[in-house]
Amino acid sequence: MSDRRVFRAVVPGPPRPGAFGKVRAWWGGWPVGQFAFLAVVALFAALFVHNVLETMARIGILPGFGFLSNSANFEIGESPIAFRAGDTYLRAILAGLLNTLKVSLLGCLLATILGVAVGIAGLSRNLLLSGLVRWYIEITRNTPLLLQLFFWMGLAKALPAPRQAAALFGTVFLTNRGIYMPSLSLEGGVFGLPAALALAGTGAIALLLALRAARRLTGRTGLAAVILAVAAAFSLLLLSGARPVAEIPALSGFNIRGGLNLSPEFAALLTGLVVRFSALIAEIVRAGIQSVGTGQWEAARALGLHDGQIIRLVVLPQALRVITPLTTSSYLDLTKDSSLAVAIGFPDLVSIVNTTANTTGQSMEALIILIGTFLAINLSLSALMNAYNNRVALRGGTR
Amino acid sequence: MTAAARTLATLRTGLFGTRTNTLITAATLLVLSQILPPLLRWAVLDATFTGDAGACTREGACWAFVSAKLRFILFAFYPPDLQWRPALVILLIAAILTASALPRFWGRTLLLAWPLTILACWLLLEGAFTATPIPSNQWGGLPVTLFVWAVCFAAATPVAVLLALARRSSLGGLRTFSVLYIELMRGTPMVGILYVAMLILPMALPDALSFDKMLRAIFMVTLFWAAYIAEVIRAGLQAIPDGQREAATALGLGYWRTQRLVILPQAFRIVIPGMVNLAIGFLLATSLLAVIGIFDLLNAARAAATDPQWLGFYNEAYIVVALVYFAICFSASRYSRWLERRLTAGRQPAGASAAARKE
Repeated sequence: MSDRRVFRAVVPGPPRPGAFGKVRAWWGGWPVGQFAFLAVVALFAALFVHNVLETMARIGILPGFGFLSNSANFEIGESPIAFRAGDTYLRAILAGLLNTLKVSLLGCLLATILGVAVGIAGLSRNLLLSGLVRWYIEITRNTPLLLQLFFWMGLAKALPAPRQAAALFGTVFLTNRGIYMPSLSLEGGVFGLPAALALAGTGAIALLLALRAARRLTGRTGLAAVILAVAAAFSLLLLSGARPVAEIPALSGFNIRGGLNLSPEFAALLTGLVVRFSALIAEIVRAGIQSVGTGQWEAARALGLHDGQIIRLVVLPQALRVITPLTTSSYLDLTKDSSLAVAIGFPDLVSIVNTTANTTGQSMEALIILIGTFLAINLSLSALMNAYNNRVALRGGTR
Repeated sequence: MTAAARTLATLRTGLFGTRTNTLITAATLLVLSQILPPLLRWAVLDATFTGDAGACTREGACWAFVSAKLRFILFAFYPPDLQWRPALVILLIAAILTASALPRFWGRTLLLAWPLTILACWLLLEGAFTATPIPSNQWGGLPVTLFVWAVCFAAATPVAVLLALARRSSLGGLRTFSVLYIELMRGTPMVGILYVAMLILPMALPDALSFDKMLRAIFMVTLFWAAYIAEVIRAGLQAIPDGQREAATALGLGYWRTQRLVILPQAFRIVIPGMVNLAIGFLLATSLLAVIGIFDLLNAARAAATDPQWLGFYNEAYIVVALVYFAICFSASRYSRWLERRLTAGRQPAGASAAARKE
């Protein structure tokens, strides 16, 4: 690095291009034509914005994001943060964003678990099982997601009323007012669960960075560091006076009380996304495992490894190189497809932005928020996954 | 060994080969025995096949609803006496798709036939040569789904070729534009794009240029899909070795002639299966048009179940729609697999394809 100057002084040849020369080389041929094209695009964009502003002025709407602090006079069916009619639009949109994130994260997690299970079941030598998996995948892949969501929504509404609801294992109630399941929460204490999770996260990252600085970071020490951080944060939480409270839902009067309640809309959306994307992930997993040649299996067997070891040490590390990039784009698609919530009445980001646009008339700003948010989610998720992908990708060679 | 005996042997090892295998079979059968009988009771045994809504029970499916409302599900609010027009549109699109699917028809004529077919479909739907033109808010059902899909896919492909070429080119300005455009579109959900078509476009266009909701949706969806198609085509362009371009340049071909005569024909051969898969995804995605109130097949089926005479037979309506989509998409994905085998067999030397088959 530091001897670069010396190196340059020795090399004969033409002088290195200056800053302008670099820009010129990057811009490439056909310079005027490119400028003209971009100018026309910019002109059209300016014309569009001008027209929108003019229309807004004509119908008496002030452009800009000031409306975000106005009070929103609509209710939100469910929200991770408290929201009442009369709170600001900003808070409404935040509630929608949190709903989108909630369903996307849970969806990705459950779809991965189910997808891996289904993908492995599809590779089974049992004809009945693999045939069943084949049909599961074909049906979910070849019908519109919206149709599937309508179906799950219809099913959620057709469940019995709470009084007649059957209880699965005595604790999970499937009713037309949603799904009730036991919950475990922490109550009391100096600080709450989110703070504890944040503490655990920071602690884990700090430990991992320290391990990396000491060149001791392996899978095993990394896992130990994460477990240590989480355990420390939670014992601190318990020491500060928080007590875990387990609630089991039970019928009282006409309704079911206690426990965790998933609304029918949320349950339908989550089920639809998980079923759909588990089929896609199952196909990816199958392709990934099949991309590892049979020679690898035979060689590993010849070395005396048993099946579990072969999968863990030989097949999975190679299959992951195929699986990771494809799964990433599945996750991105799932996040985007969670916007179909608007069609079944779950208050996700799109649905709230749409309501905002309709009640304020600020459709331009509302859609800028919508598209900007999805872009931010997408780009950060793909940056994360690219970083991971670079770690598992082949070293050296061409990619 | 006879064929029957061989099948029996395969079944025996496939179902009861080992102890684990027998266990899996038993568990699967147990699950199936819980799901299938109620489904069968609903769909067949307790179902009502003829009669009117009064004859239908809550326990069984009401297939009488389907036979009574099939016309509405297929054509929605299109004037009943003119419904031969959308029916003809379905046939025309089916015909051009069949022709496009067969490699022996690939050529300049087919390329010319596409815009002509779309024009014919448009004229048919909007009621050309009749006393009163039919506004697009009366179009509905399967023809709308197929029409929007075909138009958007056909119009997006040329845009996508330009985007892909720009992204691969050495022109910095155009390359940056293409990258930004593609990432912007691919990062946005389709619902958002449809809202832009519904809410922003009417405000952005001067009144003289304002056009109806269907056209606005088609316009935006075309721009949206172009980004996805561009990425697939780019993968094809990347697979062409640089020597091809260098050889073409050495022969004295300019940039456009190189692309048109040497690069693109080879790239398209590689990406056709990918494009078919994309087209399947797009056909399923057209159902989102329901969100902005266009009566595509799915929305028409929902509307059929809100008929006061036949209120609430959503399940039956959804099953019809699911069957239509499944039939189209399943055969298309089978076709894509067949085509992939055929194209790879044509590209590789005999030994390589034999090796591929063996694997």
